[in-house]
Amino acid sequence: MEVQLWGALAAAAGGHQTVEIVAKDIRELFRKLAEQFPGVEPFIEQGIAVSIDGTIYRDTWSQPLPEGAEIFLLPRLAGG
Amino acid sequence: MGFDPSYTGRQFKSVGTRPLRPDGFDKVTGRARYGADYNMAGQLVGRILRSPHAHARIVSIDTSKAEALKGVKAVITAADLPDLTKGNSGLFDILDNCMARTKALYDGHAVAAVAATDAATAEAALALITVTYEILPHVTDVDVAMQADAPLINANTFTKGVKPKPETPSNVASRSQFGHGDVDAGFAEADFVLERSFKTEQSHQGYIEPHACVAKVNHDGTAELWVCTQGHFVFRQQCAELLGLDVSKLRVTSSEIGGGFGGKTHVWAEPVALALSRKAGWPVKVVLSREEVFRGSGPTSATSIDVKVGVKKDGTITAASADLRFTCGPYVGPWAMLGAMTAFACYDLKNVKTVGYEVLVNRPKTAAYRAPSAPMAAFAVESVMDELAKQIGMDPLQFRIQNAAKEGTKASYGPVYGPIGIGPTLQAAKAHAHMSAPLGKNQGRGVACGFWFNFGGQTCTDINIAPDGTVSLTVGTVDVGGSRASLSLVAAEELGIAYENVNAVIGDTSSLGYNDMTDGSRGTFSSSMATISAARNAIAVMRGRAAKMWDIPVEEVVWEDGHAKALGEKHSNLSPLSVADIAAKAPKTGGPIAGHSELVADGAGVSFATHICDVEVDPETGGTRVVRYTVVQDAGKAVHPTYVEGQYQGGAAQGIGWALNEEYVYGADGRLQNPGYLDYRVPVASDLPMIATQILEIPNPNHPYGVRGVGETSIVPPLAAIAIAVSNAAGVRMNHIPMSPPRILAALDAKA
Repeated sequence: MEVQLWGALAAAAGGHQTVEIVAKDIRELFRKLAEQFPGVEPFIEQGIAVSIDGTIYRDTWSQPLPEGAEIFLLPRLAGG
Repeated sequence: MGFDPSYTGRQFKSVGTRPLRPDGFDKVTGRARYGADYNMAGQLVGRILRSPHAHARIVSIDTSKAEALKGVKAVITAADLPDLTKGNSGLFDILDNCMARTKALYDGHAVAAVAATDAATAEAALALITVTYEILPHVTDVDVAMQADAPLINANTFTKGVKPKPETPSNVASRSQFGHGDVDAGFAEADFVLERSFKTEQSHQGYIEPHACVAKVNHDGTAELWVCTQGHFVFRQQCAELLGLDVSKLRVTSSEIGGGFGGKTHVWAEPVALALSRKAGWPVKVVLSREEVFRGSGPTSATSIDVKVGVKKDGTITAASADLRFTCGPYVGPWAMLGAMTAFACYDLKNVKTVGYEVLVNRPKTAAYRAPSAPMAAFAVESVMDELAKQIGMDPLQFRIQNAAKEGTKASYGPVYGPIGIGPTLQAAKAHAHMSAPLGKNQGRGVACGFWFNFGGQTCTDINIAPDGTVSLTVGTVDVGGSRASLSLVAAEELGIAYENVNAVIGDTSSLGYNDMTDGSRGTFSSSMATISAARNAIAVMRGRAAKMWDIPVEEVVWEDGHAKALGEKHSNLSPLSVADIAAKAPKTGGPIAGHSELVADGAGVSFATHICDVEVDPETGGTRVVRYTVVQDAGKAVHPTYVEGQYQGGAAQGIGWALNEEYVYGADGRLQNPGYLDYRVPVASDLPMIATQILEIPNPNHPYGVRGVGETSIVPPLAAIAIAVSNAAGVRMNHIPMSPPRILAALDAKA
């Protein structure tokens, strides 16, 4: 599936704004992303939010990635 | 295990009603215990010495005279808070902010602290500490700080997010960019293009209760902290890491909280109080004065924003861009990034680009403030949308409806939206009676919309069934706005019992698993999800106990209307068992009955609001009076509508203060000129009209009851709505927040 990265993460992933990764859930997505681009590991450590068809998941690494879903990686957000 | 958070569409009995909050009586009678209301045996008084300089190297600190003063039990400096952060730059910044190590980075930066037997002795001891400073050039303005010749705050700051990496350090700590399409091509298609620049001044969250805590570090390595906080588990983690304590041995209890709004998501004086207690060997209470709160804790960013929007004659936006420069204080944060992500989130844009710059300045460390950064970005963007609509002869509200984001829109921050509520809030505003009400002389109306992400997070909740059948609900998210009432309603709903039979408390860090803070509008969203899960687990236990009481298989027992009922004709002689019936027999059917839940609440869903505001501007004084205000916002499901309305009204009230008066004023020496409520004016009740609210309920598909967070979005539109209203009333565009009387008079004079 196509995974879209926000700007700073794309820079850490060799400038790729989108990457092709086959993953069943967020955990596998992060593992494969780090294998492919070791530079993204610090971002994963700090926290990456995953938008799946527009719904943002921050911590549920077991969340499935449905076939054909839009996957967009975002910075972990702060709130007040 | 196996908890399904999907929306169930159930018909509610308790949820949606408006019972009195359980903490209300104590609060209105002065009996509630806030941060400063707790005492430990033998406690000392802690006081903090703060830098009077905006930027200065600390050459030396001589504490000998203070230590020799009778009654002084401990004096600490940064040397007593050694760096245990192991290369974690974010944690190091927290440490350095709690107690300056080599440089004082803002007026009010803590440099030393004392613990003494009484306040007078502690204050006398502060006066005996000699700090030798080498005063350095300082900078407090965001645009000046970005200039190449600006005083450098941190020589190790090289702008992140640009390639190639800069060869020289600067105060621009980070650059972030969001958007899609081709904005240059989009602007070329436009019939009209409007560019405007805006500034917003730094404001404080303005919580009424100052930071306060009592700390006790014991000789065996255990410790206790009573503290006013939005997140006692997070405070435990950070304090333990900074002090080198085992996390489980630091027990943190959250007090009642007199406001936080993001400002109490950060540790400030707590590590200092613990370090004082560790050194003194006695408990230490630290209560910040109002002046210390302003000088040394949590303001939001000051900003400078440029917005450009292009539009066709038919009202279609062809492109939009914004550059957003946000102050961070002396430590990098995500503040401009959040502004860049949220700025155009309300709109359906083919071509959009936002760039955020995190700028270091000699001001206190920026802290989260209710939908952090979104209000300033919305002020700039909504002001341009309003002016542009008028330029092409369209009603500004209709212009927004025409360009509003919807399901399938690619959000300006990246993903494609699922079902969202911006359209319904705009339509509800359009239909609202407020929109057609006549305006008087010198009055103007403004409409603006706003967006915030909302999120969930780690959450742990316990339900314990008492022997009489009443229920204890223990949650780990601090109650900042009535959540104990809301969560009691949820427990009552799921268990099928009366609200009055549930008693909700906030557990300390030793009584529950880890909970994230009450921030990101997550308190009721997350803890209600965990409460539903815990209640379902308790019901499973009670069904099992009923089966034992009846000596039938558990599969033949269902839970309905707060009772265990035996299924089928063969059990028609078995009367339903209430919670009390089952609890009474608990000792003989397996012991105590409880339901626990530990989960990550995700899928909070984004949030939108539209506000309508009428103001009256006095052309003689420049003073502004808000005469009518209406908030329209989606709550998903309002668990306790009164407290949802309270969140809507509170956000609007804070926004009104920020828009019209609140402002950090720095002198040429970099010192804060107005660290008190006389000179930093927040609105009081007589300044405000009754703020009307309209709750929309578009269920969140990722919550069993459809709940969304409601705490933050309500502060996003006010700056813009009020600025547009003032501009309409005064006949001159106001592009600088706050719109204080001198600024409005200056604008009127310039127009004349």
